[in-house]
Amino acid sequence: MSSSFLTIDSICKRYGLLRALEAVSLDVTQGEFLTLLGPSGSGKSTLLAILAGFAEPDQGIVRLNGRDITRLAPEARRFGVVPQGYGLFPHLTVYENIAFPLRVRRSRSASINGRVRQVMELLQIGSVKSRLPRELSGGQQQRVALARALSFEPDLLLLDEPMSALDALLRRDLQAELVRLHRQVGTTFVYVTHDQQEALALSDRIVVLNHGRIEQIGTPRSIYAQPATRFVANFLGKNNLLQATAAIGPLGRLHFHWNGHRIAAGVTAPFEGPCSLTIRPEAIVLTKVGHSSQGTKDRILGTVVNHTFHGASADVIVAVGHESLTVTLTAAASPPVPGDEVWLAFDAERLWCLPEADTISPAASATSPELAA
Amino acid sequence: MILPSAIALGREFAGARFQIAPVRGLSVQDGLVIGSVLVLIACYLLPLGAVVALSFLVPVPGIGNYWSIFQNATVHAVVGKTLWISSLTVGLTLLLGYITAYALVQAGPVARKLMLAGVLLPLWISVLVRNYAWIALLSPGGIVNSILIRWGWLDQPVSLVRNSFGVVLGMVHYMLPYAILPIYAQMARIDSTLPHLARSLGASPRQAFIRVFLPLSRPGLAAAAFLTSIMSLGFYLTPAMLGGGKTVMVAEFISIQVTETLRWDIATTLSTLLLLVTGALVWRFSHLLELATAKPKT
Ligand SMILES: Nc1ncnc2c1ncn2[C@@H]1O[C@H](COP(=O)(O)OP(=O)(O)O)[C@@H](O)[C@H]1O
Ligand SMILES: [Mg+2]
Repeated sequence: MSSSFLTIDSICKRYGLLRALEAVSLDVTQGEFLTLLGPSGSGKSTLLAILAGFAEPDQGIVRLNGRDITRLAPEARRFGVVPQGYGLFPHLTVYENIAFPLRVRRSRSASINGRVRQVMELLQIGSVKSRLPRELSGGQQQRVALARALSFEPDLLLLDEPMSALDALLRRDLQAELVRLHRQVGTTFVYVTHDQQEALALSDRIVVLNHGRIEQIGTPRSIYAQPATRFVANFLGKNNLLQATAAIGPLGRLHFHWNGHRIAAGVTAPFEGPCSLTIRPEAIVLTKVGHSSQGTKDRILGTVVNHTFHGASADVIVAVGHESLTVTLTAAASPPVPGDEVWLAFDAERLWCLPEADTISPAASATSPELAA
Repeated sequence: MILPSAIALGREFAGARFQIAPVRGLSVQDGLVIGSVLVLIACYLLPLGAVVALSFLVPVPGIGNYWSIFQNATVHAVVGKTLWISSLTVGLTLLLGYITAYALVQAGPVARKLMLAGVLLPLWISVLVRNYAWIALLSPGGIVNSILIRWGWLDQPVSLVRNSFGVVLGMVHYMLPYAILPIYAQMARIDSTLPHLARSLGASPRQAFIRVFLPLSRPGLAAAAFLTSIMSLGFYLTPAMLGGGKTVMVAEFISIQVTETLRWDIATTLSTLLLLVTGALVWRFSHLLELATAKPKT
């Protein structure tokens, strides 16, 4: 594993006054599944187009194995692309779509046939090889697009929201399939999505983009547990962001003051003062008042105002003073109902805080992996 | 073939505007439809029927006219010339039309509007005016010749009109919009990311064009070829004016038989044959014009 497989160095791209990408820098490791995650319009497709060679950045360099490829023609890159909407050639059959990259490279016809069969088998689409793209279901189209992009054994596979056109059930199947495929072919995947669930489920690493800037790079677990910015804290999964003050006690232990309560933290913060305290809804323990409760020390009294059932879990909104918290319960025999008084206890290991100014230095978030708990 | 669709079209048109309840069995819609059908019969079907009938009746009843047409050397020459000029015209029109349509889809929105206006504007100018303009430009004493002579590129004026060159030029000019528009309509339907994508899969710009863009634009090309072929077979004014009597095509030849040599037998027989050929082409290929219902892109 070489750490300098694909290097993206301070890429900027503007469309008129709009800054689609601002100083984006990123290293892609050979063989990894890297996801570009961000809301619509955050610049994901633009970055992908620059990697594919469809667009040139205004500034910055893209390097492959140390070689500058920023202005290299797409056909000279050997990158497979699965674009948004799949981009299958409507006038060619499934077989011919998959054979396209091999034909334009003038491979021998025997080797074309063998290779096309191989990828069709890999993606289980042999039975539709004579159909035209419009005669395929969405899931089949996606497989054909994947097969076509993989048929010439690219150095890198770029995928732009390949699941967005599929229904939820199919999406889950294809996610598992994509992970299998990645493991099987060993190609580096750069995958674009706006779906945080998908990013968490698929990726080795996630790059969170917002307004053309990188908000955070990290493993799904570290980004989930230690968001670098308030945007990331809110964008990945549900979260409670509380206006609190960090303080270091006499024994060097960190605690927070929030809403008149003192909350002990299991973490060491790099600063004192006002901050955004984050606590995941599933990291709060809720007990009804009157029941014997554990963790009596730092518990907080609240009132249930709402309860939403999701099947495997339920979300409870609890008012504490003038603020409210979301608590996720996985299994509750007798769930609390609105009006109930409840005790809340925070899992100290899973508290996280962001400085008020929302400019935590990258070093601070990168040098605390022990907090992943 | 024409009548039922005309009635249907009339219904649709009338139905869109007049939602009036039927009065004594006949609605306003029906009246409009019947009226337009009568106009069609009076203006097109009756005269055409008369031409067809005459071809079998004068000078003597029978199919003798057809027999002698097939043996007539002058007719052979005129038909040969017509086919040659038409193919040349269609070929050139498609080539120029394809290039212009390609420029149109590549252009930015403002440039595209200006270019489209440039394509459509000549349709508003009478073909007569355009032909005189070509004559003024290209005749031996015309503007082009005098400029070429002044710049020393020519010693003697060359004939640019009153020959096949002038005819082809005038016809290509006339038919270009009819080629550009269907080709452009088809090109605009092509997913513009596909050529890029083809390149990321390893195709050179040339391969991307030949293997992806060209086949996807083919329905537009076919529609344009059909339209221009039909039109060029029956071209009358432009060959008559720019051909100067030396390049005589079928339509002009027929007109000469009617107005000068008074050979109604040849005129009606040739007209009937031309009608048959054009009708057969329309019958066989009119589906090419149904761009609106062409395969949706996937
Ligand atoms: N060709 C273009 N011309 C002008 N603006 C563009 C173009 N492509 C993208 N943009 C703009 O750049 C921003 C980023 O777009 P994009 O990369 O497609 O976002 P994403 O894929 O994350 O939804 C958007 O605001 C979009 O409107
Ligand atoms: Mg996008």
